[in-house]
Amino acid sequence: MIDFIQMLINGVAVGSSYALLGIAMVIIYKTSEVPNFAQGEMALISTYVAYMLLEQYQFPSYMAFPLSLVFAVVLGCVLEFTVLRRAKAPSVLGMIIITIGLEMILMGLVSWKFGAEQKSMPFPISPYDSVMFGDFFVSTLEILTLVVALCAMIVLFLFFRYSRLGMAMKATQQNPVAARIMGIRTRRILMATWGISSLVGASAGLLISPVIMQPYMMWDPMLKGFAAAVMGGMTSLPGAVFGAYLLGIIENLFGGYISIEFKSVVAFVVIVLMLCIRPSGLFARHYVKKV
Amino acid sequence: MDMKRDYYEDVQLCTSGVVVFWLVALLIGLAAFPFLASSYTLYMANFLAINVIVVIGLNILVGYAGQVSLGHAGFFAIGAYGTVILMSEAQLPFFAALVLAALIAAAFGFLLGLPALRLEGPYLAIATLGFGLTITQIIGRIELFGGRQGLHTPDLIIGPWHLESDRDFYFLLIPITVLLAIAARNLTKTKIGRALIAIRDAEIAAETLGVNIMGYKTLAFAISAFYAGIGGGLFAFVLRFIEPEIFTLLMSIMFLAMVVVGGLGSIMGSITGACLLGWLDLQLRNILEIPYLGTWLEALSQEWFSITGVSNIQLIVFGTIMVLIMLFEPLGLFGFWIRAKKYWKTWPF
Repeated sequence: MIDFIQMLINGVAVGSSYALLGIAMVIIYKTSEVPNFAQGEMALISTYVAYMLLEQYQFPSYMAFPLSLVFAVVLGCVLEFTVLRRAKAPSVLGMIIITIGLEMILMGLVSWKFGAEQKSMPFPISPYDSVMFGDFFVSTLEILTLVVALCAMIVLFLFFRYSRLGMAMKATQQNPVAARIMGIRTRRILMATWGISSLVGASAGLLISPVIMQPYMMWDPMLKGFAAAVMGGMTSLPGAVFGAYLLGIIENLFGGYISIEFKSVVAFVVIVLMLCIRPSGLFARHYVKKV
Repeated sequence: MDMKRDYYEDVQLCTSGVVVFWLVALLIGLAAFPFLASSYTLYMANFLAINVIVVIGLNILVGYAGQVSLGHAGFFAIGAYGTVILMSEAQLPFFAALVLAALIAAAFGFLLGLPALRLEGPYLAIATLGFGLTITQIIGRIELFGGRQGLHTPDLIIGPWHLESDRDFYFLLIPITVLLAIAARNLTKTKIGRALIAIRDAEIAAETLGVNIMGYKTLAFAISAFYAGIGGGLFAFVLRFIEPEIFTLLMSIMFLAMVVVGGLGSIMGSITGACLLGWLDLQLRNILEIPYLGTWLEALSQEWFSITGVSNIQLIVFGTIMVLIMLFEPLGLFGFWIRAKKYWKTWPF
């Protein structure tokens, strides 16, 4: 029983970083219907910027991390402005190809600059510190990840519900033409979306970096985050969060009870099975094409 | 000249005498090539031929039927492992093993096609991606398949012919590639191809006209997987050694990139795309040895980047090509060709 609860806790902890990336993907998909495969690498490059600021330029960490988050926002906006906006007649396949291309460019830049070896991020919290709750171990980093994920969810919820920009984003998503008629600058809104999404993704990257830091570090979390977003229906923020925690928990329980070897792929098997039953995810209404 | 007067004119393989001329010229060139080229060039040509086979198959799925697949490395792996295992364990002759392995891949393609009937866009992308990742993980755990250590391919003997050098493989690969390319061309020009195009362009309209959506979509997956399986089986022998780490997500992405760069819905485009990106892939592996550019890049790396990661320029080049092609010519190299043809048709007016 203790094992079971410990696995649940680990699952929730892993799920938090999936949730952040899932949210980041959903934000972009909601407004522009682009499945953003570059999400992980946008976070990767922001993480390496933080590393560079800390190691090469000797910035204190209270400056380096906010600066890298600012960089993430700028990066998101710049990518939207220079690449995504220029796409003519975008189809879903075209968008997938463009974002995969961006992903390869960013990944190539990072590994060209830093090489493929593991780096150690001078993060204020060591990944080996842990807290005991009764019989259960939770590392401080996992708690921090969970807190950041919860804060991001609450802030995003409030942002979409009450702020002008958030409302404008929702309007753009629901009906771009009507939104433009109402005087919303829809292209600028899209740019802001990319910025916010990049920010959320980068925070996940920073939280993963103390454990593993090399150019391939974001592949797995990004794909899992994407899987979680798909599970939740690609357009629903609570759905993505739910999917992320579910995947994290399933993964850990599977690893604990059945086979540790297949732990990393079980998420995709679950996704394929789930999509067989509910093709549009758990939380989205099934979209029926009208003729 | 372009007007088609009857059905047989529409389905014929070569639309004009010019096409026949260039086709014959290409075939003669391919036949004469091994007598002029070095062994390494032939090794490259073999790789390109395999790329061409897989990319043509993927184009039938992506370009003609309009379904995304990010899992073709999985079918490729099934073909490679299937052929080697069937030859070494079941003692089948090469061609029987190759075709049987490709049929197994096609069966998997059919199975993956079933959930794909209800999926589209990002949902289909993640489902196929999951399939590709899962297959290689499973293969890597099975003892019969050599596990993580990988497998060496058995000697390749077809009848009295013992294939050893790259030149021998060339003579095996090129006829298969040409045959499969012509088969694909024929397929896309006849009933199945038209049905797939109809599904891609307007699924509901196609269904009301009596096209069997379920049958043709799963068929597209199966055919595409069959091509990937054949490609995989041949790949194992060209490489002489296979391990699960070869068949990564990056490989699936590269296949998709070749399709898109070449041109969606065009067999000729697939061939050029596969050759161009495959050639770049092999060339950029030792990028520092290219004259002038290499030294400049070395200086640049030492100044701003790191010399250890210089091989990653490959990723940057591929990414840039993919993005630029999608931004400026969504139909890829084939689109450039059409545009150039149109431009010169009425030249100088």
